[in-house]
Amino acid sequence: METYDFDTNIVIARSVNFFYGSFRALTDINVGFERNKVTALIGPSGCGKSTLLRLLNRMNDLIDGARVEGEILFEGKDIYAPNVDPVDIRRKIGMVFQKPNPFPKSIFSNITYGPKLSGNCSNLELDALVEQSLKAAALWDEVKDILGKSAMTLSGGQQQRLCIARALAMKPDVLLMDEPTSALDPISTAKIEELIDELKRTYTIIIVTHNMQQAARVSDYTGFFYLGKLIEFNRTEKIFTNPDVRQTEDYITGRFG
Amino acid sequence: MNAVASTDTALTGVEAGLKERAKGSRSLRYFKQSVFFGVLRLSALIIALSLGGILAFIIFNGIGAVNWAFLTEFPRDSMTKGGIMPAILGTFYLTLGAILFSLPLGIMCSIYLSEYARYGRIVRIIRIGINNLAGVPSVVFGLFGLGVFVVFLQFGSCILSGSLTLGIMILPTIIGASEEALRAVPQTFREASLALGVSKWQTIFRIVLPNALPGILTGSILGIGRAAGETAPIMFTAAAFFTAKLPHSIFDEVMALPYHIYVLATAGTHIEQTRPIQYGTALVLVALVLSVDLVAILIRSYIRRKKRW
Repeated sequence: METYDFDTNIVIARSVNFFYGSFRALTDINVGFERNKVTALIGPSGCGKSTLLRLLNRMNDLIDGARVEGEILFEGKDIYAPNVDPVDIRRKIGMVFQKPNPFPKSIFSNITYGPKLSGNCSNLELDALVEQSLKAAALWDEVKDILGKSAMTLSGGQQQRLCIARALAMKPDVLLMDEPTSALDPISTAKIEELIDELKRTYTIIIVTHNMQQAARVSDYTGFFYLGKLIEFNRTEKIFTNPDVRQTEDYITGRFG
Repeated sequence: MNAVASTDTALTGVEAGLKERAKGSRSLRYFKQSVFFGVLRLSALIIALSLGGILAFIIFNGIGAVNWAFLTEFPRDSMTKGGIMPAILGTFYLTLGAILFSLPLGIMCSIYLSEYARYGRIVRIIRIGINNLAGVPSVVFGLFGLGVFVVFLQFGSCILSGSLTLGIMILPTIIGASEEALRAVPQTFREASLALGVSKWQTIFRIVLPNALPGILTGSILGIGRAAGETAPIMFTAAAFFTAKLPHSIFDEVMALPYHIYVLATAGTHIEQTRPIQYGTALVLVALVLSVDLVAILIRSYIRRKKRW
């Protein structure tokens, strides 16, 4: 297995095994996620790609009976070390979920919720932060006059971009996206994909997707998972044109999955 | 039906017999069905009628006794005349005390059970305890209150003892309603908050609880209605047959509506004479409990209209 260095890779998984009770969901995962690149995780349902994603910001802590083996290094430090507070990790590694999940609050409060609670933001800064975050999520022009309105009145695609803005307001280093467009229509999907391209200048993005065209369009690297194993990890062009492993080719060409 | 139609052309004797039998069993089936629906409809009707019957009976007998003086005056002439104002006030105090005690306690308990506790033996025992508490007869709560608050803690028979006893009685209702309301808050809200690097406690306090609060209150109001109407828990712990003055502190005895009805109807010397007052008091009590329930229903429908997830 090739080794990953910390200079180019912001997050590195080393020999990671993951168990739900006695079920082994991930087997010996070794992978590095390169800074300011988009990495896509693909594979059939239940292959472990979302599990790996949720391991990266310790969201799997919420599940009873879950157990991690191996190391996940964020900027060189194991995020599962006993002295690490998952709250700190989640501030640096943000997440966007499959279904848009804004809070039933105003658009403004959705953005300020996280920064306010993490403390170190004056009200003046909050106004600027809201504008900056919404602009970064390409939503500002659509909502700048209705910041006080409930986020629930927005369309699905707008809600998802609001969720991205909300995550960006925490100024994370890494943005995890768990099938962020699977609940959206094609136009909203296209907007989010454009956005991803924009965001990778500032952030490292790791995206789980069921849509292989999407992986091919937005990502620089692609990892193919099958039955809890990382079958192949390569540059996206390589995966989609000339994969090294037969199983990858079968999946990509639609022979199974 | 199609199958029957397609075989019509080649109908032999055997098939004709089968068809006949199918027809018979079909009419039998419809007969059974209509009987069963009838039974179901009847049971719903019986329930609606008994509620309506009780209400009509109380209103018919009690409305004559109720007027402004009845609601605002003390009883006179060995309770045979005058009003029930001290009893209305006493029931108000007792119920308020029960809420102040059991609402915070019940909400905190349900937050522990639904948000923090991991499934295990201790949680199972706590749950069994709560469920059994709901099944304990109200007179047992009364005796418990007598033993613990009145005698052991030496509060005496007073508002405090009665409120605590009623509070314990309605705890299971409040815990049940609160747990249900907390569980109804979508898991995605919790995830969204935690993923932003917000701590679990802040997530519960800022996101989960505010979204569950209306449901918690609605469910709890129903428990409050029950607290207002119970006789047995307060008869040893708080209620007085007659007080000449209104209570000055939580260590005073009070009159209460349910107990007032009970003593007038069983222990007074003028049971027949006071019938109108008994029905009048019952009417006031029922109106009070129903209006509390009505508030709960209004809150619930308001929330349902506003619910955005």
